[in-house]
Amino acid sequence: MRRYVVRRLAQAVPVVVGATFLVYAMMWSLPGDPLAGRCDGPCPEAYVDRMTAAYNLADPLIVQYGKYMANLVTGDFGVTFAGAPVADELLQRLPVTLQLAALAVAVELILGVAAGVVAALRPGGVIDHLVLSSTLLVMAIPVFVAALLAQTVLGVHLGWFPITSDGSIGSLILPAIVLGSLSTAFVARLMRSSLIEGMYADHVRTAVAKGLSRRRVVTAHGVRNSLVPVVTLVGTDFGSLLGGAVVIEMIFNINGLGTLVLRSIRGGEIGTVTAVVTLLVLAFVLVNLAIDLIYPLLDPRIRLG
Amino acid sequence: MRPRPVWAALRRRPAFLIGLALLLVLVAMALVPGLFTARDPAFCDVALSRRGPTAGAPFGYSLQGCDLYARVVYGTRASMVVGVCATAAVVVIGGLVGLVAGYAGGWVDAVLSRLADVFFGIPLLLGALVVLVAFPSDGSTPAWQTTAKVVLALTVLGWTTLARITRSTAIQVKQADYVLAARSLGSGHTRILARHVLPSAVGPVLAWATIAVGMFIAVEATLSFIGIGLQPPVVSWGIEIAEAQPYIRQSPHMLLFPSAFLSLTVLAFVLIGDASRAALDPRTRR
Repeated sequence: MRRYVVRRLAQAVPVVVGATFLVYAMMWSLPGDPLAGRCDGPCPEAYVDRMTAAYNLADPLIVQYGKYMANLVTGDFGVTFAGAPVADELLQRLPVTLQLAALAVAVELILGVAAGVVAALRPGGVIDHLVLSSTLLVMAIPVFVAALLAQTVLGVHLGWFPITSDGSIGSLILPAIVLGSLSTAFVARLMRSSLIEGMYADHVRTAVAKGLSRRRVVTAHGVRNSLVPVVTLVGTDFGSLLGGAVVIEMIFNINGLGTLVLRSIRGGEIGTVTAVVTLLVLAFVLVNLAIDLIYPLLDPRIRLG
Repeated sequence: MRPRPVWAALRRRPAFLIGLALLLVLVAMALVPGLFTARDPAFCDVALSRRGPTAGAPFGYSLQGCDLYARVVYGTRASMVVGVCATAAVVVIGGLVGLVAGYAGGWVDAVLSRLADVFFGIPLLLGALVVLVAFPSDGSTPAWQTTAKVVLALTVLGWTTLARITRSTAIQVKQADYVLAARSLGSGHTRILARHVLPSAVGPVLAWATIAVGMFIAVEATLSFIGIGLQPPVVSWGIEIAEAQPYIRQSPHMLLFPSAFLSLTVLAFVLIGDASRAALDPRTRR
């Protein structure tokens, strides 16, 4: 168990370094001169010198990256081209995006697992077919289209939900449902197939044989074991959730990291873009690390082996 | 697995047939859009701006007063090209990396797998965003370059899942008796990879790749919707939808028709991919 945790932690380090370096290199090295187009015409030398110092542009890429990450760890996310610290706005918006993502994961787990279990109880039944076909439909509608449709129908025409966000949790509910919808479909399908498979397992047969109620057999012996692949899926899918959050925030006008990154892209603020994307990549890797670390709780083979 | 029984299983699935019919229509639309509409998608009359569906124009008019039906029909090509090219590139790159990693094992596998982990650590949409910021396009960029950049962005970040699929197939197959037999008969590694390992990866790769085309089309539309994917001279559903967004209350037709085509396209690939995965899976064929 201890060795598993240590090994998993050691594996995460190169991924974090590699992924953040990749993002940094693409943002700062590929465009040639990152300062190009910052001024009307050629930039004054004083400005170039100041910016070169501020972003360590004179250093080799790897040193630039090292300094950037060292600053990041101490909470210094760099400055915008105008000179304002990136961290202020970033930390103010981070909780909003986290709330949105957490709500979406909750939707995913509750709706997805429930739909999957209900479908798996009677494979080939009416509910099963309903779940299978409705999830296919959800998979076919891109998240931003679903968001626009939900906003138009549920927000504008029916008035059930606020059309744009005012920052309260209540106004995040519709965006979170839409954001989580695609993953919900995947979770439901995986939960279904995993549980159908799991109900044939020996320990489930034993549970039936010793006279447990069907409810207890399904919940305590079937679902618990079948959850392992589902939890993995939620982790790997968290990446597309973060990507989707960018578009969802744009459509519902939520003041989170997504709207910040889009605004920064339009304004050419690659410092801010780098900071936000790096942060989201870190979140993605950490969530997957956390999931791997809670595996032992779900699967005794890892706990004991 | 031999293709014949898989095809026989597929032919009996209504979902697969619906998907295939949809796909054939869409491919025809992408290849010869002129068959479906006589209108020029670039011909616009501002006087007709946001006009609803009428007898002459079944889908109504866009913000600039272009015939929306023509725009939507001509938009098929860009989405298909991006989806198919990105998938092809991903299959080649990811497939090779996975096969080599799984077959070679040892340090080669360790290095390639860690590399894949690094790319896997960057979510597709965010990574594509970064690539497209690094290589920005505007209205003056030639259409093929804009498209190529989107394909590049999707490929750079998208190959890891496929590498995982082919890697695990290679690991399974390389211990099979027939691979040992081939090696003892003196076959080289390249020959074994091409003749014995590759064929067993074709099934799972095809099933995944079909769904991936739909997924890449959805991401392309998302990027174009945000405004950093395909750019205006290229006719694209994502751009049309972005144009419709401010007017969803007054002119819902502008949102509805491009969205419907986009969703039907993704649906076609999802239906075919899902059905082929089920047909290839021995557990569901039982």
